Amino acid sequence: MSIRLTIMDQMAQVAREHGKALAPLEDDLALLDSGLDSLGIAVLVARLEDRLGVDPFTTSDDVQFPVTIGDFVRAYENGAR
Amino acid sequence: MARAKALSLRHHIENAPASQFFYDRATTIRVGDLNQGTSLNGRLAELAGRSVLIATTSQLTSGLALIELDGVARRIAILPPDVDPAHLGALIANAEIDAVVVDGESSALFSNVPLVVTCTPQIIPDERVPAAGPETEWVLLTSGTTGVPKMVVHSLAGLVTAIPPQKFSETVVWATFYDIRRYGGLQIFLRAVLGGASLILSSAGEPIDNHLGRLEQHGVTHLSGTPSHWRRALMSPDIGKISPGYVRLSGEIADQAILDNLRVAFPNSSVGHAYASTEAGVAFAVNDGLAGFPAAYFEGVRDGVEMKVVDGSLHIRSPGTASRYVTAQSGPLLDADRFVDTGDMLEQRGDRYFFVGRKGGIINIGGLKVHPEEVEAVINRHPLVRMSLVRSRQSPITGAIVVAEVVLKPASQQPPQESEVRDDILKLCRDALPRHKVPVSISFVPALAVAATGKLARRG
Repeated sequence: MSIRLTIMDQMAQVAREHGKALAPLEDDLALLDSGLDSLGIAVLVARLEDRLGVDPFTTSDDVQFPVTIGDFVRAYENGAR
Repeated sequence: MARAKALSLRHHIENAPASQFFYDRATTIRVGDLNQGTSLNGRLAELAGRSVLIATTSQLTSGLALIELDGVARRIAILPPDVDPAHLGALIANAEIDAVVVDGESSALFSNVPLVVTCTPQIIPDERVPAAGPETEWVLLTSGTTGVPKMVVHSLAGLVTAIPPQKFSETVVWATFYDIRRYGGLQIFLRAVLGGASLILSSAGEPIDNHLGRLEQHGVTHLSGTPSHWRRALMSPDIGKISPGYVRLSGEIADQAILDNLRVAFPNSSVGHAYASTEAGVAFAVNDGLAGFPAAYFEGVRDGVEMKVVDGSLHIRSPGTASRYVTAQSGPLLDADRFVDTGDMLEQRGDRYFFVGRKGGIINIGGLKVHPEEVEAVINRHPLVRMSLVRSRQSPITGAIVVAEVVLKPASQQPPQESEVRDDILKLCRDALPRHKVPVSISFVPALAVAATGKLARRG
């Protein structure tokens, strides 16, 4: 599964667990408008670290915190390289 | 609060029944032999009036030294086996230790102490007993995990306040998974000594199956330990060998799952859990088989004990509390009204109060607070779970999130699919807890570390 698909899959999973409805996940959608709140995103980041072996927001100091879904996915794609 | 001076331990064993024994793995001691004998090679008189550190390796020799020294020494400080040797210098200086009791070779750590006396696990005849001095101070160490342990000052009168007066009984055989050099274990030691009962002690490094075998051999009737001790014991195939009439838990939160598991394992036993701490003493026991305790316990004075909740934390005032710390740097132990703040956090549900965790153990998840113990209590409800540890994991979003490690019970038939059990546990958590308290991940581990204090080892 690609990094992008893994992220989308986990977002859907976390949303289900938290009883939230996900918005259509376009790249320019703000992360906080996706339907996940900050706790949901914290859970998502932890799950992704377990699956992808990387947490791009903790491992590097100079990573900008992601605003949009596209930023979020790119942080992982860059972190995996 | 003025306290009556208690009879010394030596007085309590004057009428020791001939059938009262202390057992450890290697030795059996008839307690009454101390009435005309000594385990200190006749050197008790040299220890009179001194501030004595009991630093033996075995629990048995510690127990014998306690009986001989109470009422003779000015102060007895009891060294638990797991104290970091790096802290010994500070402990010796702060408690003004001028004599040490050991049971093997003396250590270089004691080279600056003027008197070192050896205690042996045998009693040699000796009729001489030094004249009783002023009431002996008992100094116990707290079980904090970092820094120099605090030294807590008790009197024997305070230590035994929660022990009901009992007729000497030849049928009671106590045992404890605790070390008697910690508050919880010392309570069991004192119950045995005051009650004329035998006591089965564990030996350092003794495997649980060996220990359980000895409990069976000596016919244990009363057995005490922390919930973590009990969870570990319940994992032993030999647990079925023993059938104590009384099963006691203290030292950690007894959740409903462990109480239910013990009731199933020991259908003919009464199962009770008690609340005590080194500083606050024994506050109460609960014998109705339910977790938590009745809210009515806060009404008035019960057995000399008064309790109140301040900012969620249990405060206790009783004749069983310690009087102070040995050193002023440790801070005041009692507040102006002589209450001890236990730091154990309570939550009221209906007409019962439940312990939810430690004041300092809170995990902060983006401003929302979680006690690891409240999540563990929910996970432990799952019928396949033996024990669990909840801890924080760093999160770049909320600072921390909750993760869990789980030990499953041994599979009786077909081992369950881990993923199914994980889903079941998460469903339990989601049904019982707000979202931020639900573990983000659950990992299955073969075992969880239990510290020398009998409590689940919690990492930072």
